[in-house]
Amino acid sequence: MEFIAQHPVLVVSLVKIVVLLFVALTTLAYLTWFERKVVAHIQSRWGPYYVGAHGLLQPLADGVKFLFKEDLTPPQADKFLYVLAPFLALSLALTTLALIPFGPATIYVLGHPTQLVIANIDLGVLFLFAITSIGVYGVALAGWSSNSKYPLLGGLRSSAQMISYEVSITLSVVGVLLLAGSLDFNEIIEHQRGYFHYLPFIPRWHVVPQIVGFLCYITAAIAETNRVPFDLPEAETELVAGFHTEYSSFKFAMFFMAEYANMITVSCLATILFFGGWLSPFPDSWTFLQFLPGALLLLTGLYTAYDTARQTRGMARLQLGFVTLLAFGIGALCLLPGVRPVIQGPFWFLTKVLAFLFFYVWTRGTLPRFRYDQLMSFGWKLLLPVSLLNLLATSAWFLYGWVKHG
Amino acid sequence: MNIPILLFFIFALLAVAGALLLILAREPIHSAVALILVMVALAALYLLLGAPFIAAVQIIVYAGAIMVLFVFVIMLLNAGVEERTNWSKVAKYAGLPLGLFLLLYLGHWLARSFVGGTVANGSGALATAQSTRELSFLLFQKYMFPFEATSILILIAILGALVLAKREP
Amino acid sequence: MTVVPISYYLVLSAILFGLGVVAFVFKHNIITIYMAIELMLNAVNLAFVAFARAHNQLDGLVFVFFVIVVAAAEAAVGLAIAITIAHNRQSLNVERVNLLKF
Repeated sequence: MEFIAQHPVLVVSLVKIVVLLFVALTTLAYLTWFERKVVAHIQSRWGPYYVGAHGLLQPLADGVKFLFKEDLTPPQADKFLYVLAPFLALSLALTTLALIPFGPATIYVLGHPTQLVIANIDLGVLFLFAITSIGVYGVALAGWSSNSKYPLLGGLRSSAQMISYEVSITLSVVGVLLLAGSLDFNEIIEHQRGYFHYLPFIPRWHVVPQIVGFLCYITAAIAETNRVPFDLPEAETELVAGFHTEYSSFKFAMFFMAEYANMITVSCLATILFFGGWLSPFPDSWTFLQFLPGALLLLTGLYTAYDTARQTRGMARLQLGFVTLLAFGIGALCLLPGVRPVIQGPFWFLTKVLAFLFFYVWTRGTLPRFRYDQLMSFGWKLLLPVSLLNLLATSAWFLYGWVKHG
Repeated sequence: MNIPILLFFIFALLAVAGALLLILAREPIHSAVALILVMVALAALYLLLGAPFIAAVQIIVYAGAIMVLFVFVIMLLNAGVEERTNWSKVAKYAGLPLGLFLLLYLGHWLARSFVGGTVANGSGALATAQSTRELSFLLFQKYMFPFEATSILILIAILGALVLAKREP
Repeated sequence: MTVVPISYYLVLSAILFGLGVVAFVFKHNIITIYMAIELMLNAVNLAFVAFARAHNQLDGLVFVFFVIVVAAAEAAVGLAIAITIAHNRQSLNVERVNLLKF
């Protein structure tokens, strides 16, 4: 107890890290379920529906499968780098979540007031790009250490693609930084409060003045995380499985999780920089909207209750019943007067991130993939000049005083 | 043993361990990974010295781009284990003591320099929230000419690398 | 809260520089020699930042910025040279590049 009193910041940070890790890893697991369901519905089939009601236990089954598979190491593989690469990829992907602010409110953890962010750095944007730029090594070292042709080619191509689109991502974000006047996430979000003067129903989010920057950002972000349509280096029909061909069992699961964690990070960054972060699109004077999170969760609970009654298998009924109880419980919790103002920020933030993740999965189900040379020429010959022109145009706007510096 | 000195020693030991691994590694890719470790440890030391912008620039540019270039070249050239050639015994018997002498000499005189007494913590004129802004003022007003000259230098380097690495048709 | 004296950082910079010189003299692979040069540049960067903190001025940080940028340009050209040497001599051993040796 004295340890908590003497080092309050350390203990509170540890508690926040544990909670965030738990939430992040659960979200990762259910993001795989979400992706399989959505892609399946795009392709006119059902996706996982057998393992648990609506396939909700599929991530658990996948996790158990990964744990129990045989862990092979290719002969003459570089053992140290072979083990280091997936750890590097996953730990860096999860570290970026420490910088992201989930809401403005001050909560009390163990009696100590604290913000809803683990590390509130003044130069948050810069450090986030620093961490993602080291993430290239996870891919490159995995390709090299597997001592095999396909991983080496896939690793080289993947990492070349990642560093090419990293330049475009960084440049497309600089327009937003010029508008907001700061590298701090909280200040960038605060700059997006309010509505436009002539169009008072459009919130002052950065996506409106920086629409070109936003489109460059989202394209470069999809390429940076190696997702369709830019996933040639790891597509199954092209290079077996790219840089993670020779990995099995838990190390492969780590690469898999690292890819989804990168997706979540990039979506969070898009939300903060372009879509107002934890700000609500509706005016703050509409206080009845504070009941919205609780109301939505209770409605979800009602729907799952109806679904529980419709199920025929006993186990499915139990699982859906549990989900119903969870939905009702969290919904009731969100309606409590102590929790209600705190939950607003995270609710809007997570809704927007979920919308971005849906967009990612929708793109995966819809678009065909680029060939590698088309991919590289698109990145260097189209996206980089467009990002540079966006930066020039934004700077010219500021120089001639058409937009006032925030 | 309080937190700043403890952190300094942890990162200093990591940096020295990385440098020793660079010397003692048998394969160039292990040396590259050791150098990345040194750079990340140095970035943490820059944070301790109160220069967060330089720490971020070091990781983005040095550890995240230059070292990736090194790793790519090692992979492309398939650099394997180094062969041992014993063409000069002078280097082995005179070089190591001379290197250590250089190290100790520099260390001694730097430790006794007149700034040796001042202290570093994370605060000060370098670490304020405005320090990035002031750094950019310096960069674009006082050091404008070196900035432009460096950009021309980068252009020349790109052209040089393109010409050197081009294959004969 | 006691703090770290600047001389500790300078001694660390000297140690890293010395280790860089030792690696430069003793290694045969051209890329490893190049990495020793980068280690020496990093040691010098640490000294610059330490001095900038000691004098409470930002000029040292500007110089670190320039050192990083020039090191990037130099790495690009130097690695292109290394690739050319590797293609011409079929070896990465720097002692095989000895056609002009006396």
